[in-house]
Formats: sequence, C-alpha cells, structure tokens
Amino acid sequence: MSTPGDGEPSPEDVVLERIEAFRRRRPKLKDEFINSAHGAGGKASAALIDAVFVEAFRNDTLEGLSDGAVLEVGNERIAFSTDSFVVKPRRFPGGSIGDLAINGTVNDLAMMGATPRWISAAFVLEDGFSIDELRGIVADMALAATYAGVQVVTGDTKVVNKGAGDGVYITTSGVGLVPPGVNLDAKSVQPGDKVLVSGNIGDHGVAVLIARGDLALEADLPTDSAPLNDLVAKLLAAAPNTRFLRDPTRGGVATVCNELARAAEVAVVLQEAALPVRGVVNGACEILGIDPLYVANEGKLIAVVPAAETDDALAAMQAHPVGADAAVIGEIRDDPPGIVILNTSFGGNRVVDMLVGDPLPRIC
Amino acid sequence: MCLGIPGQLVEIIDVEQHRGMADIDGVRREINIGLVLNEPGGLKVGDWVLIHVGFAMSVLDEEEAERTLSFIKLMGEVWDDEKAQFSQEAPL
Amino acid sequence: MKFVDEYRDPAAARMAVSQIEAVAGPLTAKSGQHLKFMEVCGGHTHTIYKHGIENLLPESVELVHGPGCPVCVIPMGRVEDAIAVAETPGVIFTSFGDMMRVPGADGNLLEAKARGADVRMVYSPLDALRIAEANPDRQVVFFAVGFETTAPSTAVTVLKAKERGVTNFSVFCNHVTIVPPLKAILESPDLRLDGFLGPGHVSTVIGNRPYRFVPGVYGKPLVTAGFEPLDILQAIVMLVRQIDEGRCEVENQYTRAVHDEGNPRALAILAEVFELRPHFEWRGLGFISQSALKLNDDFADFDAELRFNVPGVRVADPKACQCGEVLKGVIKPWECKVFGTACTPETPIGTCMVSSEGACAAYYNYGRFTRSATIPVRAAEPEPVA
Repeated sequence: MSTPGDGEPSPEDVVLERIEAFRRRRPKLKDEFINSAHGAGGKASAALIDAVFVEAFRNDTLEGLSDGAVLEVGNERIAFSTDSFVVKPRRFPGGSIGDLAINGTVNDLAMMGATPRWISAAFVLEDGFSIDELRGIVADMALAATYAGVQVVTGDTKVVNKGAGDGVYITTSGVGLVPPGVNLDAKSVQPGDKVLVSGNIGDHGVAVLIARGDLALEADLPTDSAPLNDLVAKLLAAAPNTRFLRDPTRGGVATVCNELARAAEVAVVLQEAALPVRGVVNGACEILGIDPLYVANEGKLIAVVPAAETDDALAAMQAHPVGADAAVIGEIRDDPPGIVILNTSFGGNRVVDMLVGDPLPRIC
Repeated sequence: MCLGIPGQLVEIIDVEQHRGMADIDGVRREINIGLVLNEPGGLKVGDWVLIHVGFAMSVLDEEEAERTLSFIKLMGEVWDDEKAQFSQEAPL
Repeated sequence: MKFVDEYRDPAAARMAVSQIEAVAGPLTAKSGQHLKFMEVCGGHTHTIYKHGIENLLPESVELVHGPGCPVCVIPMGRVEDAIAVAETPGVIFTSFGDMMRVPGADGNLLEAKARGADVRMVYSPLDALRIAEANPDRQVVFFAVGFETTAPSTAVTVLKAKERGVTNFSVFCNHVTIVPPLKAILESPDLRLDGFLGPGHVSTVIGNRPYRFVPGVYGKPLVTAGFEPLDILQAIVMLVRQIDEGRCEVENQYTRAVHDEGNPRALAILAEVFELRPHFEWRGLGFISQSALKLNDDFADFDAELRFNVPGVRVADPKACQCGEVLKGVIKPWECKVFGTACTPETPIGTCMVSSEGACAAYYNYGRFTRSATIPVRAAEPEPVA
C-alpha cells in the first residue's frame, strides 16, 4: 500500500498516473473486424465511433457526440436524432421492437430538451418475413407515436434476401423543437449538483435477456419502454436550471455517468443504497453475475440538477406516472475528474469503469 | 468457480429426474436437486439452497446463518464493553 | 434478498473492522510487518472489489489475490484448442460467459464467433445437453471449466447424456482441483503469507478436511469463507484471532453452507465420472501433477479431446506477461510491467486482466482510486444523499 504525503510519488502512484494518462487519450481502434463489443455502448463502441465516423465526417456538431444534434434554423433550434432497432426477440413482456423504435427516438430528442414532433421510419425486411408480424410491430409503433404525441411522417422499405437480414431492422429518425431558454449541456454540470434517476434501473435489459430464453429464467418483469418527453417537460418546468439529461440505454447508468464525468471533467459519486432496483432485477443480476448499473433501460432518464432545485425536480418526477420511483442517487464533485465512484452499501467504495464489451453472465 | 447464490426451493417438479424450481427474489429457474436430495435432514419445499450453474450444491442452514451473524454482533458488543470499561478506569 | 442482505450490513462491517484492527494492530506493531492473507477464489476477489472491502481494512491487514480463478489459469494453448473445436464445421460450441473473452494466441471465442463459428453462451452444462438433444444433426461440445464446485455439474450432465443415449454431445474438460495449486503456492520460496481464506463454494463439495495440510505441514491458518462481504471480514477476524492466540488450524466461517465432510453425493459422482490427469499446465504456475480432471474410460465417448482433432500445442505466455507472479501473490497488479499500458481490459495480454475476477481486471476497474482520491470520499460516513 502506498503512503501518500511523502513528497515522492510511490511506485504505485506512478503506475496509476500512467493509467490515467492512457485513459485521457482518445480511444484507439485496433480491431479489423466488427464484433459484438462494438455495439455494447462501452469503450469499444466509443473507439469505433471516434476512429471511423467522427474521423470521416468531421464537424463540431457531430463531435459533441450527444444523443442527437441541435441545429439552428433562423430563430428556431431544431433537434435531430436517429437510432436503429435490432432487438431479439422482437416481442418481449410489455412491448416489442415497435415500441422501442418510437420511444427510443422520442427519448433521444427529449434528452436534448426538445419537444419531439416528427418521426421517419425505415424498414429493412428479410424475404419471407411475416406480414402479420409486421402489422403487429407497426401497430405498436402507431400506438406509441400517438401516446408520445408524435407523427410518423415519412419512411422507407427495403427487402433483402433471405439470410441477409434478421427478420426486420428498423431505423427511426426524429425532429423536434427546442424551446427557448432550454440549454442542456454536460459541460454546464458543476460540483455540488445532484444526480437523479427517474425510476428502477435494469428492467429492460433483464426482461429481454429472460425473454431470449437461453438462460431458462422466468420472471414477471416487463420492459420499461416508455416515452419521456412529457416527464422532461414537467421536470424542466419545476427545475429550469437542470444541467443535463440522458437516457441510460445500452451500457446502462454506468455508461451515462462515465460519459458525463469525462465530458464535464467532474467526478460522479453514486450511493449504492440509493439506487432503485426491483427485487426481481436484482435476483436475475445476482444469478447471472451482471451489475444492474450496466444493464439497458428504455424508459428512464438520468438528470443532473443544481442542489437548490433537487427537491422540486424529484417531486415533479415522482408525481408523473413514469417517474414514480425517481430517486436522488448521487452527486457531482470536482475530484477525481472523469471518474465515477460508487459508495457501496457495505461502507466501502469502488470505481465504476466504462464497460469493455457486452456484459457477459459469469459463473465464477 | 464461485458464483453460488441462495434461492428458495418452491416446487419439486420431479423427484426421480431431480428437477426442482427455485425462486431467487422473484426470478424463477429450474434447478437440478440431485446433489442435495440425500443431505441430512432431507430436502423439502421451502428450504433454501445454494445454486451454482443450475445445480443446488448445499442446503442452507438457517440456524448456522443466524449463528454466523450473531457471532460478529456479539464480538462487537464484547469489544464495546471492553472499550467502555477501559474508558471508565482512572487514567494511569 | 434473504441470506444476502444481512451479510451486507454496514454497521456489522464497522464492528468487524474494529475487531480486526483491535487484534491485528498490536500484532503488527510488535513484528513491524503487516499481516498478509491470500484468498484463493475468484469469487472472493470479485466480492472484495465489488463492495470496496480493501479500503475498509486497516493498514495492519493486506489481502493478496491467489490463483483461484479457474478461468485465469487456463493456458493459451487450451484456449486455442477450444477455438479449433469451435471452428470445426457442424459444431455448436457452448461455454460459460467467463471464458468468451479469454485470449488464446490468436484471439478469443467471441472473435471466433464473429468469424462464423457457432459459439453459444450457456448458464449451465445441462443447457448444453438440451441444445444437443434439440440439434441431433450437429455436434455439441461443452467447454467445462471450474474447480470442484463446478465439476459435479459437468459429471451429472455426462451421466444424463449417457442415460438418455445422447451421442452428439461431448465435453472439453478443463476442470482443475484446488489443493495442488495451494501446495504450489506454499512451496514458493518468494512468498510471505500469514494465512488463507479458503474457497467457500469449492468447500461445499470437498469439505474442510482437504485443507488440513496447510496448518499441519506449512504452519499457516486457513478459514473457509463465504462470499458476502461480512463473511470475508469475519473470516479475517478469525484468522487474526488464530494468530493472536497462537493457534494454527482449519476453521469454517461458512457454516451455513459448508459441512466438514463436504457433499458426499457430489464427491461420489466426481469419482464415478472423472479421473485425475497425471499433470496439467496452469497459466503462470507451470505444470502441476494430479491437478486436473479428465473423463475416465467409462465416459471416453463423451470426451471432446478424443472425438475431435485438438491441436494440443503448448503456447508459451507472452514474455511480457507476469500473470504467474500476480497469481502467486508475489506482485500486486500495478507492479506488473505491462499493467495499464500494453495490458488493459480492452487489450488484455494475460487472463488476470480478462476475467472479471482476475486480480488485474478487478484492480484496474475497481481499485485504482482506493488510496488517494477515495479516502476523502470515504471519510464522510455513508449517508442518504437526498
């Protein structure tokens, strides 16, 4: 163990510094072929995006790497976002790929503070795909769109050969308007701010894992897929100085907090005892050896608000149907910057790092 | 390999085939109970078992569990008593 | 969760820590050296880091992470063999999640899957057998890894396969046993340890008696420990008390799950299906005799090494890799020359960095800020944030 305060950095401190310097560098892409880690939302995804896409498309807006882009057109600010949906199985307790396709893009827009308005939907269909199933998915989309208050105004359909697709892939893009005065930006986050979550974490990822059937688990657990635009509107009305919003989809709460910590160069300190997790999600994660912090959510948001507005923000969320289990789960500090720390319920603490690949169930 | 988690046996599906149903905080999974059927005390619905890769490895003994928990608390009290006693004695 | 939450009680944790300091403090003050205890179970390493136990412990006690991660100790050559089988046309290769990212000489199972091999993750060996029964025209192979905790499950699965006449199922067996590496560690000249935390779940199968040689021959106490944070702290209390009271024996902290005689049924099944290999290579520890299992002659039909052409080539560890020394607890992860630079969780050189409870991965992901930055974080008592 190193003894700090001697003046001379200990050998351990030197190594830790070296790791930190490495971490601060842009993620490097060494792979030649895509693998599943590139889709998991963690370090591999970040490296791919940086080395292939940002590198080629070079512009300030893209390099912001938010869930979407905010563009100025005359006096208006337009929010623009896109997302693809490939989930298997396509239908799971509480929803389907159709729900995700609408709510996912609605939420990306909502996280920028925008009022979502119009959605496009592009379908890549595999030769032989059931039209009945397609009708079911589209019906889900229509219902979700109505519920979220958006319209699907344009779209596209392509058919690929049998074996060249996976049933159906859906890509939705969305356009919304950002009201004046709304300025959500990771860089505005400051030490002293509080971190809130709008409800139970891990529901969607575990629901889908169970629905896949490979692990032979049974549980009464639906996806949490839901549109968050109305919740966001109420939240911003109650806490107008909210700094930052993001929905913890792939990669979970841990990934959002890490992205925030790096973008804002702050420390995010979470309290394990305050994390809202359903018993059944906890049970499934314990069996599989997965951490709920890394599991995907499809109807939750992380909000960073100034300390003074925390009570109002929490109350506004808890009063809303999709925010009933909202909780304050942590706070922002200045040190150590770029790091997420969890104070464990047991009294210890640990670093919550970026995901490396897909969280794999473990037996050991 | 060490990930063993406690679950409650909620159903014996088929004794001959060693199939049981376990509940872990609301998640259910079929488990193999063949390795614990002959444990002293027998196996019955409602027992808690240690589950590892889909097999019950051991029946969890609730009395021993209690004893383990109170061991630390008891030692803690003894230590607190000693500390209290020490601080009551006159300084040397 | 019952049998879980009670063992994560922070108040009890504080009591345990003060007991540890109360006994270990004076001991180390006298000897001038802090106490070093090795835990030999990957699950213990994981719990210790997940709950942040190491920065709760006083300076008088240090935990060293040993070779109890059966994923970490699989040599690269065996991973290559697994990949070769997985890439055989017609094979469905099933594996626990832990093994999917372990690097061979030329990539890992996940990468083989990306290249087109039918690699599927399973939670239980019985799931692999189910896949075999559902796919009678394919060869299904199960990648069996683990200590004596997991071996009985593989054995039961093989027995079922035989009973049900499933001929398209085989096992690539890499089960290892706990006693030989323990001995190898104790024989290491460069090691200074004061005691061991025994592997709780291995002990549900083998009991506590196999560890008697540890105090008996090598004079070190061993306490079989459970996997909740309070279990680990309590086991440390029991170890320091032994040292303080001049005792040296095997004790059982995990009494709710472990009986002294283990699980006789599981042991009988192991004897029925497996036999000991004359020797087996352990990553970082070299060849250890009588330390691993293979299917015996009665079950040769289910042995993937006999059914498939397995290269069986020994692949030397990369020169830079110091996994062996980390596994023996001789150096800490951050003391490895390539730790954090060439060897990171994204670009692992050795299995200590790949497996989620390899000491290096655990330290890299969890433990980096335990000393400097989290001390001010820890100084404030955990309190509700709202």
